Amino acid sequence: MAELVSHPDEKKVVSARFGKGAANIDRYLELDGYKAVQKAIALGPDGIVNEMKTSSLRGRGGAGFPTGMKWSFVPKESAKPKYVLCNGDESEPGTCKDRLILEHDPHAVIEGVMIAALSIGAKTGFIYIRGEYRYLVNIMRKAIADAYAKGFLGKNIFGSGVDLDVHWHTGAGAYEVGEESALMESLEGKRGIPRIRPPFPAVVGLWGGPTVINNVETLASVPHVIFGGGQWYADLGTPKNGGTRLFCLSGHVSKPGVYELPLGYPLRKMIYEVAGGIPNGQKLKAVVPGGSSTPMLKADEIDLPMDFDSCAKAGTFLGSGGVVVLDDTTCMVKFAQRVIKFYQHESCGWCIPCREGTDWLKKTLTRFHAGGGLKKDIDNIQYLAENMLGRTFCPLGDAAAMPIISIVKKWRNEFEDHLEGRPCPYGEKTAEQLLPVLSR
Amino acid sequence: MPDVTITVDGKKLTAPGGTLLIEACKRVGIEVPAFCYYPGLSLQAACRMCLVEIEKMPKLQTACTVPITDGMVVTTESEKVKQARKSMLELVLGNHPLDCPVCDAGGECELQDMTFKYGAADSRYMEGKLHKDEQQWSPVVFFDRPRCILCYRCVRVCGEGMDVWALGVQGRGVSSVIAPNQEDHLECEECGMCIDICPVGALTSGAYRYKTRPWEMKHVGTICTHCGDGCKTTLGVRRHDTGMQIVRGDNRDKSGINGDFLCIKGRYAFDFTDHRARITQPLVRKDGHLRPASWEEALEVVAHEFRDVRESKGGAAIGVIGSTRTTNEENYLLQKFARLVLQTNNIDHHRTADFPALAAALKGKDGATAGMRDVFSAPAMLLIGNDPTDQHPLLAWQIRSNVRLHKARLYLANTQPIKLRRQAAVFAHIADGGYAALLKFLAGDDSATATLLRDGTPRETLIALRDKIKAEPDLIIMFGAEIKGADVQALAAFAASLPKARLIALADYANSRGASDMGLYPDLLPGYTASADHFAREWDAQLPAQPGMSLAQMTKAAADGRLKAMYVVGSNPVARFDFDPFVLTKPFLVVQDMFLTNTAAIADVVLPVACAYEKSGTFTNSAGDLQQVQKAGDLAGVKPDFEIIVRIAERMGFDVRKLVPFGREGVRADMGQSRGAQSGEADRHYVWLKAQNLEPKMSPLDPQALFDEIQRVVPGYQISRAALFSGTEVRTHALTAGNGGTSAGTDLIRSSNDTLFTSGTLGRYSHALNSVMENRRRAPAGAAAD
Ligand SMILES: Cc1cc2nc3c(=O)[nH]c(=O)nc-3n(C[C@H](O)[C@H](O)[C@H](O)COP(=O)(O)O)c2cc1C
Ligand code: SF4
Ligand code: SF4
Ligand code: SF4
Ligand code: FES
Repeated sequence: MAELVSHPDEKKVVSARFGKGAANIDRYLELDGYKAVQKAIALGPDGIVNEMKTSSLRGRGGAGFPTGMKWSFVPKESAKPKYVLCNGDESEPGTCKDRLILEHDPHAVIEGVMIAALSIGAKTGFIYIRGEYRYLVNIMRKAIADAYAKGFLGKNIFGSGVDLDVHWHTGAGAYEVGEESALMESLEGKRGIPRIRPPFPAVVGLWGGPTVINNVETLASVPHVIFGGGQWYADLGTPKNGGTRLFCLSGHVSKPGVYELPLGYPLRKMIYEVAGGIPNGQKLKAVVPGGSSTPMLKADEIDLPMDFDSCAKAGTFLGSGGVVVLDDTTCMVKFAQRVIKFYQHESCGWCIPCREGTDWLKKTLTRFHAGGGLKKDIDNIQYLAENMLGRTFCPLGDAAAMPIISIVKKWRNEFEDHLEGRPCPYGEKTAEQLLPVLSR
Repeated sequence: MPDVTITVDGKKLTAPGGTLLIEACKRVGIEVPAFCYYPGLSLQAACRMCLVEIEKMPKLQTACTVPITDGMVVTTESEKVKQARKSMLELVLGNHPLDCPVCDAGGECELQDMTFKYGAADSRYMEGKLHKDEQQWSPVVFFDRPRCILCYRCVRVCGEGMDVWALGVQGRGVSSVIAPNQEDHLECEECGMCIDICPVGALTSGAYRYKTRPWEMKHVGTICTHCGDGCKTTLGVRRHDTGMQIVRGDNRDKSGINGDFLCIKGRYAFDFTDHRARITQPLVRKDGHLRPASWEEALEVVAHEFRDVRESKGGAAIGVIGSTRTTNEENYLLQKFARLVLQTNNIDHHRTADFPALAAALKGKDGATAGMRDVFSAPAMLLIGNDPTDQHPLLAWQIRSNVRLHKARLYLANTQPIKLRRQAAVFAHIADGGYAALLKFLAGDDSATATLLRDGTPRETLIALRDKIKAEPDLIIMFGAEIKGADVQALAAFAASLPKARLIALADYANSRGASDMGLYPDLLPGYTASADHFAREWDAQLPAQPGMSLAQMTKAAADGRLKAMYVVGSNPVARFDFDPFVLTKPFLVVQDMFLTNTAAIADVVLPVACAYEKSGTFTNSAGDLQQVQKAGDLAGVKPDFEIIVRIAERMGFDVRKLVPFGREGVRADMGQSRGAQSGEADRHYVWLKAQNLEPKMSPLDPQALFDEIQRVVPGYQISRAALFSGTEVRTHALTAGNGGTSAGTDLIRSSNDTLFTSGTLGRYSHALNSVMENRRRAPAGAAAD
């Protein structure tokens, strides 16, 4: 279990109950638990969506889609049952926040699922937990059982006349099933392969019924939005980027950990103040701003407010909140190789460009780093990644291509340094050794 | 959906809204390359070959999944699109073995064609390719993983199309692999659909692989000789020391009523043709033994004996049993030969459906029957009896496809829980022998439910079945051999009470329907004609007045010594009917067959024949679709039945012009004499030929000469030749346009009981079918796919 960290700049909202024993339902109730859902019942479906829209809460799973808007896409009338699906497949390298929420505040997730269900008129919710997070399954199983025991789940919840069931489910170890449509396939018991879209899940989702899919952190934030009010939440962040989020600061920093900061918090401050700067007197080389799939930033690109829109303007993404800091001992070729190794391993294999592209990138980069690179390989690497971008069946292909393209473009000189059989100029001290999160 | 207009590469085109872009492009002749897209199967969007540019969309879009909307502007040939295609090919070729010189698909490989067209000539990679050894999954299916491009066509055609679901995908990423249902092997219908749908050489056929190259074969489109459905099959034929060798069957050009479909028999069971056991020399019994003889000698013996018996005992002492696998021309010729030359009505065949009863019920009711294509498009279907999955594989495919693609409703009533119940809207599992009661119930007699119900089938199911059927505005009713005689009448009456219902009687062999339409009955002439007058006039001859003996009566007469000669053409009654074979040794027995069957083995003369793949003519399938049988090649030593019959007649001293209307002036003997005054009585055939703008045929051995006559005189066979010869099927209507005569001997109707892997005599000599059966016996019991 991860150690908790803290910093004075933190605004603890979604992490407010961390370390306070809130996995225990009575403790959770003492800490204002299950009050938001009762308020939500009073607000009614439209009232909930309005609060959500006002809050400008955007999805914490990666894409940053406005949550209130997503819920409003679900048709009011539906012949098939509707569902809420909580995405706890957290597997994006550099990202380790959902696990803390599931460990320290599982009832907040349940409560978030309940509010989402009330808003769209679903009678069933699922909490899907990454296969490798076995220990969290036990915590969630108990939390759900406790909620049933108290009568918060099941028939006629809080006297509202609404019946609501919540189930947990676990994956079998595939990054790809974090993608929402593959997640549904997996939950339905099929191979974890994404679906063709449109139709989108809000219209045709689980077993053909309209389905809202949200990230764990998104759903855990929902009770706070409802409890504190949409406007209060929005004001915590920047315009159109409401609230706070968990940033997972890792890599070459003195105080790595998960910190809750308001959206728009400056990246430079995040690295040098919150995370305690770079140890051993080394200098900054590169930053992964939002999980391994986001385009990387150079040392001179870190004067960036960390919200969705500012990141987009800077040509990258806020993503899943995984900020990985690399110092000047890092070999960017090795880093690229390590990143692609992950995507090659995790590609579901459905479509040609991702299946074959990640494999050839991995093979080429592995040889390249080992000193077998040719000059034309540098262009080939870029060519391969650019030909995957935007052409794969699901965004995993993009996720694999984007960091590679940014690395070749921004650190081409490092590739040239490896040519003609030269040994890696960065020696043995590789990103892999220094970044535990990357070395599975 | 209403039509919308879109622009593709500057061309405007209009199509129903919602049409897939890739299909819309096809309409204006723009080909968007595709591997995973396959019409009629679910969408995959996996190969990414079909990426095109659509205005206002930042990313390239897959034309195989995008439905068109009004005003859409599409570019399929921009630099960006070309680049995407090329890079996709580079990627898929990266791990492809490029063993084209030894690959079975070489020359007809979609990957080759695409690479040729869209270019990806250089490799960007230096690393080795991934390799996996080839696997044999069944006697007919081999899999070579490195060649597979993961288009998932095989998986879908097996699952969605065949409803067998024997193939799946295992592993992920670059280790993804197509896998069979039983760990390392397949247990399935062995249809080979997966092999033919594979765009590359990843799935190859045990029967064909490594034998030849596509361009070394002659490709002949003909009709499968196995079941009564009449699939078009394209035979790949090459030269061989025996004359020819068929090395492949497929329907890749999708022509014909079967589209893509062929079952194991159509695709692989052509191999009886070059079985070692084929007889290629006439055999004549001498001193108790069958000895090889020359054709001259054998024909002389036959002609002499037939003439002798006819002269001394009369035609009634001769019996003829015809075939359900010979052509219409041969069947027509055989009964004409029996009636004119042998002067007997003793003619029958192995009946597997009660066509005469249906003809009697439907006489004069235009449009009361349906064709095989209709089964794919009808909004609703009712199937009573039979198990098409086993007995009528194409029909089963049509039914499944119609349910799947058009949401048609299938109603089933059967005493067995047949597999098609999976597609059924209502399945009534009725009690054994409950068909007569079922028809009573359908007609409104609710008391019949008592004998109909079977444990587990609630009464409501039957009521629902009847109510729903009655509410169907357009229904096709299909029924098996379980329904015969009075039940056929009852069913036809029920059909007539519905708003619109068309019928199909299911018969078992490739030309069962043809045998029936052409009058291989003791009491019916062609076109279900009971009275002899019509044909007596047409043939200008005296016909035997009394109805002849049925197959059962003939065997009894043989036992009694009343039957002195018997002529069995393409039939094996000893194996099919339970009588003591010894009785057939009493008369002078002539058998025409490909193999020394149980019946041939006891014959006095055995005449070796060409099979359906070695001759030309026409077949009529169960549903009345007439199709052309095309000769694929010759086998030295054998002769078509047609030729043999003509030669016997000729040797018996018969004027063959009266049998086969051939020759330029005067195709009939009375030509010239009665012309003029009684033009109706004149040489009708010649007059008819002229009116049809047809040339007389110049040889008595030309089946087309007789087809001319069939078309002229058999009711329901007045078809368009242009359509027939262009290779499509044409509908015949002998059941509704015929004379509606019934035949005694309903009790002689019996199912062949062939399954997917048996096919009577032909099946016994098919290596493919035998190896599959053999393989099954070794497979663990109970593992077969449902
Ligand atoms: C390859 C891939 C992996 C993903 N993995 C996750 C994940 O592990 N957890 C998650 O919440 N979202 C993941 N997503 C994003 C989801 O598809 C989806 O956008 C998200 O669950 C929506 O929730 P949100 O709107 O609350 O962010 C992934 C997306 C892709 C393309
Ligand atoms: S991009 Fe293609 S192969 Fe890759 S994970 Fe998505 S669907 Fe699978
Ligand atoms: S041969 Fe077998 S695996 Fe292939 S499509 Fe037919 S049933 Fe399926
Ligand atoms: S075996 Fe053939 S049909 Fe099946 S996925 Fe591979 S390439 Fe496609
Ligand atoms: S044909 Fe469209 S993706 Fe394969």
